[in-house]
Amino acid sequence: MGSRSSHAARIPDVDSIRRETGFSQASLIRLYHRFQALDRNEKGYLSRVDLQQIGALAVNPLGDRIIDSFFPDGSLRVDFPGFVRVLAHFRPVDDEDNGNRDPKEPEPLNSRMNKLRFAFQLYDLDRDGKISRHEMLQVLRLMVGVQVTEEQLESITDRTVQEADEDGDGAVSFLEFTKSLEKMNIEQKMSIRILK
Amino acid sequence: MGFQLRVPFRPWNWLLLLVALKCSRASSDLNESTNSSAQHDLNVRFAAASFEPAETISVFSLDYDYVQIPYEVTLWILLASLAKIGFHLHPRLPGLVPESCLLIAVGALVGAIIFGTDHKSPPVMDSSIYFLYLLPPIVLEGGYFMPTRPFFENVGSILWWSGLGALISAFGVGLSLHLVCRVPAFGLGDVTLLQSLLFGSLVSAVDPVAVLAVLEEARVNEPLYMMIFGEALLNDGISVVLYNILIAFTKMHKFEDIEPVDILAGCARFVVVGVGGVFFGVVFGFISAFITRFTENISAIEPLIVFMFSYLSYLVAETLYLSGILAITACAVTMKKYVEENVSQKSYTTIKYFMKMLSSVSETLIFIFMGVSTVGKNHEWNWAFVCFTLAFCQIWRAISVFALFYVSNQFRTFPFSIKDQCIIFYSGVRGAGSFSLAFLLPLSLFPRKKMFVTATLVVIYFTVFIQGITIGPLVRYLDVRKTNKKESINEELHTRLMDHLKAGIEDVCGQWSHYQVRDKFKKFDHKYLRKILIRKNLPKSSIVSLYKKLEVKQAIEMAETGVLSSAGFSVPRPAQRIQETKRLSPEDVKSMRDILTHNMYQVRQRTLSYNKYNLKPQTSEKQAKEILIRRQNTLRASVRKGHSLPWGKPAGTKNIRYLSFPYSDPQPAGRDARVADCTGNSDSDSEFPSSPFYTPPRTGWLQERRGTQEIIPMKSLPRGGKPPSFGSQRKTSRDEHVGGGGRAALRPKPLCHMVHEERDSGEDSEEGASAGGSRWSAEHRPSRGHHRSHSPLLRRK
Repeated sequence: MGSRSSHAARIPDVDSIRRETGFSQASLIRLYHRFQALDRNEKGYLSRVDLQQIGALAVNPLGDRIIDSFFPDGSLRVDFPGFVRVLAHFRPVDDEDNGNRDPKEPEPLNSRMNKLRFAFQLYDLDRDGKISRHEMLQVLRLMVGVQVTEEQLESITDRTVQEADEDGDGAVSFLEFTKSLEKMNIEQKMSIRILK
Repeated sequence: MGFQLRVPFRPWNWLLLLVALKCSRASSDLNESTNSSAQHDLNVRFAAASFEPAETISVFSLDYDYVQIPYEVTLWILLASLAKIGFHLHPRLPGLVPESCLLIAVGALVGAIIFGTDHKSPPVMDSSIYFLYLLPPIVLEGGYFMPTRPFFENVGSILWWSGLGALISAFGVGLSLHLVCRVPAFGLGDVTLLQSLLFGSLVSAVDPVAVLAVLEEARVNEPLYMMIFGEALLNDGISVVLYNILIAFTKMHKFEDIEPVDILAGCARFVVVGVGGVFFGVVFGFISAFITRFTENISAIEPLIVFMFSYLSYLVAETLYLSGILAITACAVTMKKYVEENVSQKSYTTIKYFMKMLSSVSETLIFIFMGVSTVGKNHEWNWAFVCFTLAFCQIWRAISVFALFYVSNQFRTFPFSIKDQCIIFYSGVRGAGSFSLAFLLPLSLFPRKKMFVTATLVVIYFTVFIQGITIGPLVRYLDVRKTNKKESINEELHTRLMDHLKAGIEDVCGQWSHYQVRDKFKKFDHKYLRKILIRKNLPKSSIVSLYKKLEVKQAIEMAETGVLSSAGFSVPRPAQRIQETKRLSPEDVKSMRDILTHNMYQVRQRTLSYNKYNLKPQTSEKQAKEILIRRQNTLRASVRKGHSLPWGKPAGTKNIRYLSFPYSDPQPAGRDARVADCTGNSDSDSEFPSSPFYTPPRTGWLQERRGTQEIIPMKSLPRGGKPPSFGSQRKTSRDEHVGGGGRAALRPKPLCHMVHEERDSGEDSEEGASAGGSRWSAEHRPSRGHHRSHSPLLRRK
């Protein structure tokens, strides 16, 4: 469609983004529209406030952390490629992708590993590669209603870390995290259909 | 709690039932006794001279005939309501059995009573009463509660499916039955083709909404939900149109008179009737939306306007022989969006509840009448006809489902799986509509009307009871959910986290429409329609006060339970606990898992929860409130600790209050009722799925802010050394508490208002939140500029 290509032309670096994230042209255009819709003052980037305006995120227990995940390394702005990069983690896994993949290229963003890594960073706030007990407790607190007492939370945290921790360092490393979720269908759980 | 109620449940329900039985029995007894003197009764009340010489004025007398009809109708409705209460007392029954089963059972019961006592049932249902009074509320309710966004996203599929599906079913069943009737062995020779077709059309009128409550348990996906809903919505209209056309044909007595011209005319009429109805509905919808723009000062008549205009659209369409049902549906859909923004919160609630009530009453009456007809002498049982009807209904529905979806799947981005199609097929439950149409067949044209009625009843009973009850298990079976009971705590926690994460990212992505038409419509809508139809200066004060009340109450509760006062909310533990490798017993683990399962927050459901017979209380409200309060607390605590704000200015520079708590926040309590309702309505460019009130100010007033500074989310800057946490305020007076709560509540609303505050309005004031509120608004007004919808504080209701 004529209008489509003109839309695509407006997106900066559209080809490199496509290669990196694997989104189709149509999806990228839609994401770009969304990006622009979120970008209140047409600044060209998104700040935290823009994302906080999404009503449903405010009542999401992990809302703050999800927003933070868009701003890696403490930056204050996220531009369109960054925005898309985060969303690319949730692209449904295409079996053909894996077949044709060139093993030398980096893993696609929506591979199982990368999805897990994304989820892992929601826990691991200090980015030390490990979920400490304290971090686990914080996440648990966020996700549980107020009627659970602190002792219960702590014992649940202990148990959680204990279950996953194999090398006994009291924290859950990424590999241990992966291992504890090996039975789970991550590809399906962390994929959003419309992001094809 | 449910189980504790179960023990008294049965006695209670039986008790209620007995009471009701006694009432109806009493009424029928009275009727018998007064039957003999019926001819006297008419004038006894008003005649100056009575027939019997009255020597004394009777101190106490009965006049049953005067009140018979309203009395019995009221009793029926009450009985059905009592049964519903009993039904819902049971913890799991509503999820297993569709509520229409209950209504039919009650109807059959009343019918049995009436039949048993040889009582002449009041003539509640005839054609005009049904079409003028009983049907519109049902349709209105369906149209009003329909989630518009998913509907319009799937509108092509829905129209294709419901329109063609109804036609295919109707003609298929009709023609097949006609072929069956040709067989002389069944003794059905006098059923003409037209009669068969008509019967086919009325028996294909499905009412799958009845099973939606059951489907909810299985969490069907949104498009599927929408298909079922949309089908129910449009099906009534299409069946009635077809019915009327075929009746018109039947009235042309001689079959030979019908020429192809007539058939073409019939088809054209079908289209005209449908489109015309929708047109009128839309026009009336806009008119009523426009009028609600001006009803600020007499909000009590807002529900009246909504209902009257919808009803008017129905009547006008019926006058012109257009489809009133489609008109009223279109009216409801059109006006809903604008009316919801215009009317006050109380009117909004009133409208919703009143609509539910009206439709509930209508449906109850129809089902009871159906029950009354069931138990009676006016049946004609013909094995062949009934069995074939049943068989053909199922067969043709299956054919239409699979064929039509096969075609429409080629055009859909997200095709429906076979599983989905099976669910759609199986949800073809008939309801009150079919029965009414059968009952209202004119006897003159349909000498074998009783047979038709019987067959319809059989189909209804079969589908409602057997299909209705088994669809739940079927869906669960098809769903093949991995019930991995042995999930470790890890897995549960992480699963839930991922669900939340996914929901959050979905929200970030927003709703995508696949049609440019829709985008264009949205632009048009924003530019023109909203300006005309939506009030300026939306006074949302009642919501604000509601929110404040709720938040304050919640805050008090939380403070009392010690949650908020635990300052350790976001404080890292000072020392790392040494990891004790306790061996936990399996029971401990299990109890932990239970705690987790029961207490973790639910993931926001994107699929709407629609229940035809009930407006469910929003359980997510509480959860949302907790989350929001916790967030506020965290933010405040982190500021208090002097953390550098991740978003800009360090704390404590000036005493400027930036009133822009996550903009998304406003009135979640009051709004949450609408959140859950409106999640279906969230648009891609309204960042505010939770608020129908929010009108994104586009480039408007934000520009006037641009000159100032970047929009910085609010951090409530503590004044002096007073810690702003709720916990400390607990020690202070209640007023201050209210004030603090009020301040917290006030905070969320307007985005990025910079209000120079020389003093806190909330913390010190002795007045309550209301005063603080009015002060806020006074400060707001000058800085507000021309944008609207942000200062709900302007008016107190």
